[in-house]
Formats: sequence, structure tokens, C-alpha cells
Amino acid sequence: MDRVGYLLADATENLYPARMQMALSLGWHIIFSCFGVAFPAIVVFTEWRAHRRGNPELRELAHTWAKAMGVLFAAGAVSGTLLSFEMGILWPGLMEPFGEVFGFPFVLEGFAFFIEAIFVGVYLFGWDRMSPRAHMLSALPMVVSGMAGAFFVIAANAWMNNPTGFDLVDGRVVNADPVGAMFGPSTWPQFVHMLLAAYMVAGFTVASVYAVGMLRGRRDRYHRFGLLIPLSAAAIITPIQIGVGDWIANVVAENQPVKLAAMEGLYRTGTAVPLSLGGVYTDDELRGALEIPWGLSLLVTHDPNGLVVGLDSVAPELRPPVNVVHLSYNVMVGIGSALLVLAAWLGWSWWRRRRIPATPWFLRAVAVSGVGAIAAMEAGWVTTEVGRQPWIVYDVLRTAHAVSPAPGLYLGFYAVVAIYAVLTGLTVYVLRRLATRHDTPAPQEPVPAGPTEEVGVR
Amino acid sequence: MTLPEAVLGVMFVGLIAYGLFGGADFGAGVWDLLAGGTRRGAAQRALIEHSIGPVWEANHVWLIFVLVVLWTAFPSGFAALASTLYIPLTLAAFGMIARGAAFAFRKSVTGLGMRRFLGASFAVSSLVTPYFLGAIVGGVASGRVPPGIAAGDVVHSWVNPTSALGGVLAVLVCAYLAAVFLCGDARREGTDELAERFRVCALATAAVVGAVALGGFFVLRADAPLLFDGLIGRGLPVIAVSVVAGLVSIGLLATRRYALARLTSAPAVATVLVGWAVAQYPYLLPPALTIAEAAAGRTTLVAMLVALLVGSLILVPALIYLYVLFQRSTATAQHPGVPATAPAESGAPGP
Repeated sequence: MDRVGYLLADATENLYPARMQMALSLGWHIIFSCFGVAFPAIVVFTEWRAHRRGNPELRELAHTWAKAMGVLFAAGAVSGTLLSFEMGILWPGLMEPFGEVFGFPFVLEGFAFFIEAIFVGVYLFGWDRMSPRAHMLSALPMVVSGMAGAFFVIAANAWMNNPTGFDLVDGRVVNADPVGAMFGPSTWPQFVHMLLAAYMVAGFTVASVYAVGMLRGRRDRYHRFGLLIPLSAAAIITPIQIGVGDWIANVVAENQPVKLAAMEGLYRTGTAVPLSLGGVYTDDELRGALEIPWGLSLLVTHDPNGLVVGLDSVAPELRPPVNVVHLSYNVMVGIGSALLVLAAWLGWSWWRRRRIPATPWFLRAVAVSGVGAIAAMEAGWVTTEVGRQPWIVYDVLRTAHAVSPAPGLYLGFYAVVAIYAVLTGLTVYVLRRLATRHDTPAPQEPVPAGPTEEVGVR
Repeated sequence: MTLPEAVLGVMFVGLIAYGLFGGADFGAGVWDLLAGGTRRGAAQRALIEHSIGPVWEANHVWLIFVLVVLWTAFPSGFAALASTLYIPLTLAAFGMIARGAAFAFRKSVTGLGMRRFLGASFAVSSLVTPYFLGAIVGGVASGRVPPGIAAGDVVHSWVNPTSALGGVLAVLVCAYLAAVFLCGDARREGTDELAERFRVCALATAAVVGAVALGGFFVLRADAPLLFDGLIGRGLPVIAVSVVAGLVSIGLLATRRYALARLTSAPAVATVLVGWAVAQYPYLLPPALTIAEAAAGRTTLVAMLVALLVGSLILVPALIYLYVLFQRSTATAQHPGVPATAPAESGAPGP
């Protein structure tokens, strides 16, 4: 049983809808967060190159991206609001005992987000109104606060994986140390992994927009720059990300062995364990998987005969749903590897010929890389979040005991589904308009009074 | 002042800031709703859009700030509040999403049908969101949110006379603030006719606020006696300040001194929130959970206080910079015939 002495009234009815509501809200928000974290640096880099080279296409590109950044930031801001409400609405059993332990990074994140919101406004508003130097300087707080915000949120999540910074006495939380809680064993690897993922998502997604344009025959300099700048950023980061993946896998193996066992579909604790790709887990066994001998032992212990802990180390009710975790982990690794091939392709062509590979197959690959990067990132989050189940705070508090028992709570899930469907449609619509008509203003930009009234009158 | 009270005080500053800045944004949405037909209301809507466009996101973050401070420093209070009042909180969050998304995307679309849909979402959600927030305050203040997870009645905690009063008052106060702010904005942009229209709106709303507040005393006496005693006892000086500031604002509006009216309207509204806090002191959730009982451990509170102080040293100059930048530019960029974006590209050297 849990080490925290809270057991709420029967909340079983709410548990699954609450988890799905949280997953949907987080999964939606995280895409926009990626852009909030990574896009500013890409935009301001492009602006800097434009000023340096006096290049009008780069300038136009940077301005269009700045506006897209504004739209994405607005969508991220509103979806983030719902999340902070949901922390208490859905999971009061988590917040009541542990708010004082792991709530602190959210306070710091509040400041980081505030600063970012202010400077996104300044940056968009200051376009053509400030000197180039002052304008690019105004982007700096945006870049830094985006990264800092990511760190603080990840610190809170990493705490749920490896709770530190408090003591339990008779099921009560004492000696809460909110700063210590931010720096558990998972914080740094998770943060670096997510930061790089954000750059990959932003880089591949933006590049894919221009790949589609080039496939449709628009192969001017504007489109080539639009493809090359974000794609280069993503391509440089992809191999680093694979290395960081090894780091984080080792940290998981050490601190959450059951999660790693679920990721690999490994039932029996043993030595010389193979690495399993694919397959279906039934009756305590992974069937139909492709096995790489000694793979997992090598990966986790760096020794072919190393000992790897399996799912049999804990009671059945303390194991996560293995198939979801194993499949999503494989999806993440698989897409990551495919993106690595794409990055190598670009790198090779650039090294040998100083150009984008000429074949349309390259453009087709880039065109789907954005969706791929997002899918890989979401799969990674499913791996870590579902892999932590049945715990909300690993080895301390179960998700089922944190969910609110309030009657009717599950209905909120359906409302959230409907709202996010509309929100997604709107965001896509506005971004598509922005891509085709560059004079479309961003949310934070002032509208010249004329057009607004014309539209109103028509 | 104890450590928990200090942290709560800082959080309350955030709440007041949200009430003033976020409140004015909500109110602007209300006037957008009441602006009239597409043609007649166009100028009014354009002014509203222009005034809140660049700042609404920043204004909105105050609420997030209040929430995170509450759940870190007063976790048991937050858990009780969020679980019992989950319905109005969820609806308010939906309202904020609809409002933010509609406002953000409205100017990026051109189809009239789409613009009308987004405009209507913006305006309606501006009306309902402050109502739910006010209803939440009413539920807490009238002692309907007991400590414990989902321990209160999930319906009657916010469907009750005090909540209704809180909700209506919140909407009215937002509308009043917005009207006062928009008077000044309209005059600065040289549209005196609009300024005159908002002045009438502001004065009319002020009269309604006064009437509702007076009626509210009877509601509170019957429905929330504990709060009522606090208000006419310890809270009386605060109420007096509120009334005086309100009356002075009305006088300034009547004589068209808009800049000064802004300065006096802010304390008139802030004191309503302060009055609530003073009246229910020392309770976080009256009548059972005190501030001291709900507070987190000392280490957490000290860390919070340090973070809040250091954070505001960075935040406040940035915020002031933002407002100054926009206020200055609205004053200069709105001369007719001058395009809002200077064609600086023409000066850039060619490839």
C-alpha cells in the first residue's frame, strides 16, 4: 500500500477519465510548449543572419516565423491555464500532501512564463519599431525564460518519478525541502532530453512546412532558407539526443527499474538480457519480438552479462500497463532513429555538395519529419507517464488515491475533448493562413485600424 | 505579521493585479459584446482590440501566479478549494480558453462568419468567466468550502446567494474598470466621441455597482453572517476607502478627467478585494481552516518569499517596460494616414 496515509472515497469512476483528460491537456499543450522553448532561438538566429547579410528573404522569413511564434505562444498560454487548474481539480490528493514539496518550481515557472509573455509581446510589437540590435536583445529574455520555464516544469515532473526533498513520518509529509526536491536524480537528464526534443520538434516541423512548398514547385531562396535553417538545427541536435537517450535510460534503470522493465517488456529478472523490439506482452511474456542478444544488459549495465531487473520484482498490481509503455517506447526510438538517418542524409549532402539533396524523396522525408518528431515526443511522454503507473508519485502515492472523488468529475473529460477539437482546428486554420498570406497579423501585433473596420462593414 | 501571512499577502497583491488588469480585459470583452451591430460597433471594437491586444497575455499570467503560490504555500486550502469548486473552476478555465483563443485568432482571420463566431466567443466568455470567478470567491467567503478533498457540496458551494452576488459584482466591476480605462485610451487616440460613449458607460456602470453593493449588504447579512460581521467590523475602514475612492472617481469621470479617474478607480476596486480578505481574516477557508493551519512548512515559505522578491525584481521592470512601450506607441502611431508599421524594409540593402 501507499506510504502516504491518504485513502479517498471511492474515486474509481473518475480515475480513467481524469487520466485521459490530463493526458489530452498535457499532450496538446506540450506541442506548443516545444515551440515556446525552441522557436525564439531559431527566429532570432534567422533575424541575426538577415541583418548580417542584408538579406530580404531571411528578413521576411524571420518575420513570418515571429508571427507564427505569436500564434503558437497564444495557443500554449491558454492551454497551459487549463493545466494549472487541473492540477487541483483532478489531483487534489497529490497537491494536498505534496504541494509544499514540489509546487515550488511551478512558482518559478510562473515568473519565467510571465517574462516570456512580456517579451514575446515586445518582440512582435517591436518589429520595425526598434533598432535591429535592440530588437534582437529583446529576444534574449524570451529565449532564456523559455528554457528556464522548461527546466522548472521538468523538475516537477522528475520529482514525481524520483521524489526527494521530504520525509514521511506515519504517512505525513514533514521536513519539506522544495529546493532539494527540484534536483532529484531524474531532473537533469529529463530536462536535457526535453530541451533537445523541443528543438527537434520545432526544427523538423517548421522545415516540413517548406518541404511541402518545395514539393509543390516553390523552390525559391525563401523556401530553401525556410527549409535549411530549422532542418540544420534539428539535424545537429538529433545525434546528441540519441546519446542523451542512453543517459536517461540508465537513470531510469537505476531509479525506476520497473518502468524500464515495462519499456522492454521484460518479465524475468536476469543476466545477459536481450534488447526486445516490437512484440506483444501477454501472460507475463513478450511474444513475437525481435531480440538483440545481450542488448539490454549492455545498454543498462555496459556489461553483456549484467543483471537487469524485470517486472517480476514487484507485485502484479504495481506493474504499469506493459504493452502501452513498450509500444510507445519503441515508437519513440524508431522515429528517433529514422530522424537520425534523415539528419545524416542532409549532413552528407551538405558536406559533399553544399546543397540540399536534390531528390524529391528527401523533401518527402522532410515533409513528414515534423509529424514524426511530434509523434516521437508524445510517445516519449506516454512512456514516462504510463510507465510510472500505478504511481503518481513513484513508490509513494498511487494515482488512484490522488484523483478527486468529486461526483460528476468524469464529465469534464468529454468537454475537454470537444474544446480541444475546436482549438486544434482554429490553430491549424490560422497557421495555414499565416503560411500563405504573410500580411496576416499575429495575436500580439497591433492591427492597422483600416482593414479591421473594412471587414466589419463588409 | 507571520510568515504565512506574508506569503499570502504577496499572493493577494497578485490577485489584486489580476483583478485590475485581467478584470479590465474581461470588462473590455463585455463592452465588445454590448457594442451593437457589426457596423455601428466597429469603431468601439477596434479600440478595444487595440487597447488590450498586446497586454492580455501578460495580464492573464497573474491568475496562474495566484494558483501556483496557493498550491505551494497553502496546499490543503488549494486542494479543498479546487476539488469542491471544480465545476466553476473548470467553466472559468474553459471561458479563459475560449476568450484567449478567440481574441488571439480573431484578427488573423478574414471571413466575416468566422470573425463573428470568434467575436461572439470572446465577448460571451468575457462575461461568464468573471462571473464564475466571483462565484468562487462568494463560495469561499460564505464558508461553503470546508477543508478536505471534495468535502463540500459541489453544486451549492457556488450556486448560492453570496456566490451570485460575487459573480454579478465581478462582472460589473470588470465592466466599470474597462470603461474607465477605455475613456482614456479613446481620448489619447483622438476619438472624443468614443471617449464620451465610454464615459456614459462608466458612469452608468458605477451607479449599478453602487446599487448592487448596497443590496449586497442585505444578501450577506442573511446568507454569510460571519463575513458580514467582518465587513462592518474590522473591514469598515476598507469599505469606507472603497466608497470614497469610488465617489471621487465618479466625480472625475463627470468632469472628464480620465487619467485621474483611472488612478482612483484602481483603489476603489482593489479595496473590494482587500475588504473581503480583512473580513474573513484569519481564515483561509472560513469558518474552519485558518491561514496558519493551511500553511506549508517554514522551509517552503521562506523559499517562496525569496523567490517572490527576487522574481519581482526582474518582473516589475519588465512589466513597466511593456506598458510604457505600448502606451507611448498608441499615442504616436495612431495619426490617420500613417501606416502602423513603418516600411523599414525599403532601407535594407539588396542581396
